[in-house]
Amino acid sequence: MSYPTDRKYTKEHEWITTDGTIGITNHAQESLGDIVFVELPKVGTEITTGKPFGTVESVKAVSDLFAPVSGTVTGVNEDLATAPEQVNKDAHGAWMVKIKVKDAAEMNALLSAADYDKFVSEEAGS
Amino acid sequence: MSVAEATPPVVPKSVRKTALNAVHRQMAAKMVEFNGWDMPVEYPAAIGCGIVNEHMAVRTGVGIFDVSHMGDIRLAGPGALAAVQHISMNDASRLAVGQAQYSALLYPQGTFVDDVIVHRLGEDEYLLVINAGTREKDFSWVRDNTRQFDCAVENLSDDFTQIAIQGPRAVDLLQKMTNVDLSVVKFYWVTRGNILLVDKSLRRYLSDILIARTGYTAEDGFEIYVPSDEPTSKWVWNRILEVGKEFGAVPCGLGARNTLRLEGCLSLYGHEISDTINVWEAGLDRFCKMEKPDFIGRAALEKAKAEGVKKTLVGLEMVDRGIARDGYKVLDEGGREIGYVTSGSPAPFLKKNIALAYVPPAQAAVGTVVKVEIRGQGVNAQVVPTPFYKRPKRATKSE
Repeated sequence: MSYPTDRKYTKEHEWITTDGTIGITNHAQESLGDIVFVELPKVGTEITTGKPFGTVESVKAVSDLFAPVSGTVTGVNEDLATAPEQVNKDAHGAWMVKIKVKDAAEMNALLSAADYDKFVSEEAGS
Repeated sequence: MSVAEATPPVVPKSVRKTALNAVHRQMAAKMVEFNGWDMPVEYPAAIGCGIVNEHMAVRTGVGIFDVSHMGDIRLAGPGALAAVQHISMNDASRLAVGQAQYSALLYPQGTFVDDVIVHRLGEDEYLLVINAGTREKDFSWVRDNTRQFDCAVENLSDDFTQIAIQGPRAVDLLQKMTNVDLSVVKFYWVTRGNILLVDKSLRRYLSDILIARTGYTAEDGFEIYVPSDEPTSKWVWNRILEVGKEFGAVPCGLGARNTLRLEGCLSLYGHEISDTINVWEAGLDRFCKMEKPDFIGRAALEKAKAEGVKKTLVGLEMVDRGIARDGYKVLDEGGREIGYVTSGSPAPFLKKNIALAYVPPAQAAVGTVVKVEIRGQGVNAQVVPTPFYKRPKRATKSE
């Protein structure tokens, strides 16, 4: 799997683009399995770096979504309420929320596509 | 993102493996630790699997499960029937040779040591199939409580690779691999026969294999017990998948096994039944024969019946958006805690979010509206009839 280089990644398996669009990685959807439920915050909600802002559920597991950086929610992918399987089909396209990033410098602390790929391989091999 | 039920990347040495472990890993199954066993939870989407697809295959076609983690205890000898009668709640005297029944081993308190399938293999020979997580406990318990009877008790758990072939097409698949006429083997009957490993003309087969028409999916199907050495196990597993191609057979993991049994309201030890839950609470009355000769737990059950139950198992269907999960609280309409979810999940075939839960009898009537607490919020659910899923009656001799 090659990860898109137009965005940054977290060790909690989220991605975020420079304009503040957030989703989960292909590795995340693979490890979750069939996704059946996505719960997201409302527009206007403040989210904080490293804190949960939503939930993704597969048939077998419940997972928290953690904010890669702090910001204010400006958009929510409403399609996922009725078609959560979109995340399985296209994890890097099926975004979850858009935020107005509070401090762009926070993005520097996140992983590049290559670093994330390496992190995932190490995690699998450890 | 953090997965609540994370897969341990490294398998600790204490975790046990079935003879098919390497085969599952080769197939890139997602592995989890289950009751001390390293087991496949689902197979990859790339080969048409994943819990939902595996579940649907069993409801509409056929799915194959490695269930070798299940344990097996053999009781044989002139006193075998009396021993089985003493330690289990169903009436084993009703079993003809070749017949099986669902039953349970009870503590003197009327609570569960384990639930079991009792197979009568011969005149004085019984095989109890028990759960993985309770293997050692069950064997010691059976041995200790049958000392006064004239029968040998053997733990055969490591002798078998147990493979479940489940679904409406299971009979068609297995018929291609055995000399036994499966149309005369009824549900909950067991027989012995050959399992063909190549094809009929080459006559390469395993002989005298136990073939039971049983399962844990609320579907028609078979469980076969083959020798547990790795080459034989692998050979049989691969052969079943190969023969099963024309029926769309897929390998299935514990994920689908759980959602299938939940739709069918089949109990899981540690969830619906445990050492703190009695037979009446679990709603397993029809498998408990109070009129048969005395058995362990009977006196306590008689007393419990007279006193009435304080909680009872019900089926819930989520009315509002949300998925009930194991251990979540059940609240009444006013938000007061009244019970808990024992098993909860999306139901892939029914396409609903369902759960089994213990609630007080006063709130157990079908139609009662309750709430399930999901991440601090009470989400509406309703008591519905069980089982959630019942397989359609098919016009075959097997029913």
